[in-house]
Amino acid sequence: MTLTSSKGWQFRQPSVLPGFRWTLGFTLVWLTLIVLVPLTGLFLKSSTLGWDAFWTLALEKRTLQALKISFGTAFLAALANVVFGTLLAWVLVRYRFPGKRIIDAMVDLPFALPTAVAGIALTTLYASKGWIGSLFAPLGIKIAFTPLGIVIALVFVGLPFVVRTVQPVLEELDREVEEAAATLGANRFQTIFRVLLPGLAPAVLTGFSLAFARGVGEYGSVIFIAGNVPFKSEIAPLLIVIKLEEFNYPAATAIAAVMLLLSFGLLFVINLIQAWSRRRYGYGA
Amino acid sequence: MAHDTLQPDRVTSEGPLARGLLIATSLLFLLLILAMPLLAVFSEALRKGLPAFLDALKDEETFAAIRLTLLVAGISVPLNLVFGVAAAWTIAKFEFRGKAILSTLIDLPFSVSPVISGLVFVMLFGAQGYFGPLLASYGLQIIFAVPGLVLATIFVTFPFVARELIPLMQEQGNADEEAALSLGASGWQTFWHVTLPNIKWGLLYGVLLCNARAMGEFGAVSVVSGHIRGQTNTMPLQVEILYNEFNFMAAFAVAALLALLALVTLVLKSLLEYRFSAEIAASRRH
Repeated sequence: MTLTSSKGWQFRQPSVLPGFRWTLGFTLVWLTLIVLVPLTGLFLKSSTLGWDAFWTLALEKRTLQALKISFGTAFLAALANVVFGTLLAWVLVRYRFPGKRIIDAMVDLPFALPTAVAGIALTTLYASKGWIGSLFAPLGIKIAFTPLGIVIALVFVGLPFVVRTVQPVLEELDREVEEAAATLGANRFQTIFRVLLPGLAPAVLTGFSLAFARGVGEYGSVIFIAGNVPFKSEIAPLLIVIKLEEFNYPAATAIAAVMLLLSFGLLFVINLIQAWSRRRYGYGA
Repeated sequence: MAHDTLQPDRVTSEGPLARGLLIATSLLFLLLILAMPLLAVFSEALRKGLPAFLDALKDEETFAAIRLTLLVAGISVPLNLVFGVAAAWTIAKFEFRGKAILSTLIDLPFSVSPVISGLVFVMLFGAQGYFGPLLASYGLQIIFAVPGLVLATIFVTFPFVARELIPLMQEQGNADEEAALSLGASGWQTFWHVTLPNIKWGLLYGVLLCNARAMGEFGAVSVVSGHIRGQTNTMPLQVEILYNEFNFMAAFAVAALLALLALVTLVLKSLLEYRFSAEIAASRRH
């Protein structure tokens, strides 16, 4: 990919294909109008608040607590998804069992099912009188209307991210490596934990970050099951909506700006992981 | 027994007990997290039988919500389709500086909370926004009206088609197009008769996912909608309103329609993956 030819610096490599200017122009204009201008507008709006006012709003106790709940529950849910998502990917790639194709297709349900539908369904199931909630209620465990409910909703939403990043990598994995480990005297347990899983780490990490990033911003599936008690089960996106409904635009903007900065930081980290894993393992999960 | 451990099957797989346990654990997890919510939607919707279910749907506001959802998806999906094809053509077919940045920027909406995706348009076009007063002076309304719903939906579904096409077109390379051009085809002819047939299944796949999200989006449209009954409520918003009014029967009836849409999406998606895996982006193949 040498972009410098005898002519020196070049914006693009010569190509016989037409339409570069036209499609690049259209892409840039559309991207700018739909994504860049609105996002920049939000940051400009929050900068007009002034530094002190911005931080006073952003560091308000209720806001901090909401951010903590959003990030904390998203982290726990992503962790649960790493365990079960990797297990699921493993089962789907390595084993044969009846109904496997349907199970495989089912994994994408959270991508297809509207979040509000998932929200009311999970609430009905995990409420103390619901099919699943009633099993836990006698044990004194309340799931719906507690932070635990938020975690359940975020596990639902984030699951396909982990499965779909780990699955293709697991498929590409060379069986010979496992055979080599076995001939060198490793038992199956050692082979899995010391040979296979380290190779999967970048994919798992990417899946974790994607599920985490999605969970932090998630709204529709959470608000029904969360209970939405300030300081206890109120997530940051909901607080933005509440501030907006109170016509408190500065506060809504400040919380949104903080969340965006954190999400973009996360996106940056994901890109670093992918670049690193491409160098280290030869693929970008 | 030493001979036994050298069986290739034994060394690269687990024993039947471990295998059964792992399969059972993951199936139980799927049942609790994915399958039962889906079942719950239909069971709640059909709790009082099919006639009651249909009755619950027979409501002017619900009809309006269905019409609005179709309208919003009908506008935003084609726009994102055109954008997706143009962006994929630029990124996949040419080498230019800043390509990686452009690619990252296209993915940006995926990492923005849906609520913020709505908020940014309120900040631009709302009564307190940058262009709010100007729009008001011309009597135009974007926020709490259909244009706002369309904008927010375009924002959240922005990357879907491009994301699907870029790896696919990169993998296919430029040889087909170069051949067509050297044989005298025009740029448009090359696109219609060479590129489009090559990417049609991948394009359909991207549109399918884009549409599912467009029709099901909740957070972003919730912020810009204003929840005016019969006017700016899409189906997911109608579900919320009915649910919060404790009209569970009707809420789950509308939810069941959306769940049906999700199931149709999943079936079509699996069919596409199964039949045209080679013609769908490499990253999706499994």
